[in-house]
Amino acid sequence: MKPFTRLDARAAPLDIANVDTDQIIPARYLKTVERTGLGKGLFAAMRYEADGTPKPDFVLNQPDYASAGVLIAGDNFGCGSSREHAPWALLDFGIRCVISTSFADIFYNNCFNNGLLPIVLPEDEVRSLMDEARGGNHVFSIDLEAKTVTLPSGRVVSFNLDAGRQEKLVKGLDAIGETLQHVSSIDDFEAQRRLTQPWVAA
Amino acid sequence: MTGKTLYDKIWDAHRVAEDANGETILYIDLHLIHEVTTPQAFAGLRAAGRPVRRPDRTLAVADHNVPTINQAAGTGAVADDEARLQLQTLERNVAEAGIEFFPMGDVRNGIVHVVGPEQGRSQPGMTIVCGDSHTSTHGAFGALAHGIGTSEVEHVLATQTLRQRKAKNMRVWFDGEPAPGVGAKDFALALIGLIGTGGGTGSVIEYAGPAIEALSMEGRMTLCNMTIEAGAKAGLIAPDAKAFDYMRGRPAAPKGAAWEAAMTYWSSLFSDPDAAFDREIHIDTAALSPLVTWGTSPEDVVPVSGNVPDPADAPNAARATQIQRALDYMGLTGGQPISEARIDRVFIGSCTNSRIEDLRAAADVARGRKVAAHVSAMVVPGSGLVRDQAEAEGLDQILIAAGFDWREPGCSMCLGMNPDKLVPGERCASTSNRNFEGRQGPGGRTHLMSPAMAAAAAIAGHMIDMRDLPLVDGVA
Ligand code: SF4
Repeated sequence: MKPFTRLDARAAPLDIANVDTDQIIPARYLKTVERTGLGKGLFAAMRYEADGTPKPDFVLNQPDYASAGVLIAGDNFGCGSSREHAPWALLDFGIRCVISTSFADIFYNNCFNNGLLPIVLPEDEVRSLMDEARGGNHVFSIDLEAKTVTLPSGRVVSFNLDAGRQEKLVKGLDAIGETLQHVSSIDDFEAQRRLTQPWVAA
Repeated sequence: MTGKTLYDKIWDAHRVAEDANGETILYIDLHLIHEVTTPQAFAGLRAAGRPVRRPDRTLAVADHNVPTINQAAGTGAVADDEARLQLQTLERNVAEAGIEFFPMGDVRNGIVHVVGPEQGRSQPGMTIVCGDSHTSTHGAFGALAHGIGTSEVEHVLATQTLRQRKAKNMRVWFDGEPAPGVGAKDFALALIGLIGTGGGTGSVIEYAGPAIEALSMEGRMTLCNMTIEAGAKAGLIAPDAKAFDYMRGRPAAPKGAAWEAAMTYWSSLFSDPDAAFDREIHIDTAALSPLVTWGTSPEDVVPVSGNVPDPADAPNAARATQIQRALDYMGLTGGQPISEARIDRVFIGSCTNSRIEDLRAAADVARGRKVAAHVSAMVVPGSGLVRDQAEAEGLDQILIAAGFDWREPGCSMCLGMNPDKLVPGERCASTSNRNFEGRQGPGGRTHLMSPAMAAAAAIAGHMIDMRDLPLVDGVA
């Protein structure tokens, strides 16, 4: 996984609450056996007309935001299905950080397994970030080691993230490799299980 | 010392190790897989040269993509190139890893959350995961069951464990005795309407109370299934005699002495009387009437006799905009009675409501009646075995005589990945779990409700309390 330390990128405001994973990437795009190429389906219903032409009103279709690397969204972003295609689509489009007041659990977890940074901030901060993103200069600077977002106005906003998750992103850790270092504990657990719950372990 | 909740007990029984980063490495007893969320996981394993650790603790089905007609022709006959490739990729992956698999057309195949319990693979006290958010369904048996992403699917395949952080304990009591016609789907919609789609975030919900004890296993699965729509990690119910009776004799259920030993353990799976919950909620089921959704989020709930909300009455401007956006999408006007909206399509199926009891409820309403002329209605059983049983009971004949289309099993129009989908603007009464924009097809409009209510909508041509349908001759 690609390590995440710093990001300097344009931020796009998506002021909608409860953006679900069907909106992030509709089911018809899930018929793939790859992780890449999903960017074309990102926010498809909001982004395209029925005939496939881009809707000019949608934020990521506007020239200022077409190359956005940060998305600022309403409450409860990523609710709905467990599809990891949602973070894959965001990343494939070029978005490496999503900021909201809250995220759905499975989506939040999926982000950390893909090098996508979800930042949780209080509602008034998210509001002020949306306002700045709507202004003339949209470049936000995110420093994951310092856990700060520097806004176009120069204001610095700190965010919280637990140390384990931060390390995972900063170092781009392979979770499976890390877990396999505990393989003897897994072996022991299974051996124990065969004695105590043979009907499961058999 | 305070006692433990059911969730605490299952969590503690599966802790393998604590990682320095604060995550617990949790053992996974059962891993259910399907064609859509696994190809990238198997590709990842192959690239890293890692084997599947416990193929015997894994079970595969083909459900999300499959057509609901002509399944016997096999995956080679699936018309959609991408769907066919995904289905065939699964077949190759499970054959290589030695994972038990019910292929499309096998009578044991069906929606993953119907098949696991039906086969007796889902058992009390287990940890169960699947690359599908509605894995919460299996909590009906007192298992800790939840959805995971594809990276986690790969992690479980490689290690038979998952890195987890403990969630909070929440308990929802369903008190009272519900009126006839009010059941598990209404319980779920009532809860989500009350706490919202983010209301359960970060929590595992345990359902308890007399109305839960009275629910059948099918009803409990419906309720646990919808838990994810309240944002919760998982939903579960302490296993009781009903759960054990359901398990007994299933192909993968323990037998003989192992059954006795399992029963002894399963009987210890309940929240201690002095266990502490972070949050408790009470819902009086006697006060509920049949519910439907009006908007584009499962929290947009209204009694079928009620009106859709008017943005003018919203508590603030942000909410008013949200309501207006949903009304525009749904083609509804603020304040109108929900029963005025004309239904074009009806879908009875999905892992929420495609079990035998659901089909019986739909057939009870359909018996002797006719689907309205302008409505196209389909019934998609949850598995081949459910379909067989329904046919043995003659339910298919009742439904077909009423004008319903009787299909082969799969996810179908729950998510519109196969050819069963809505066209833009179509309005659907659906027994599935998500009314998101475009969920059942781009531009489609979904109203969630129980199987009996969906059958009633098919007959009336609009949403209606099934208790208000005119009587049919010869039927009580
Ligand atoms: S029926 Fe719907 S919700 Fe259930 S597993 Fe299939 S797609 Fe998911």
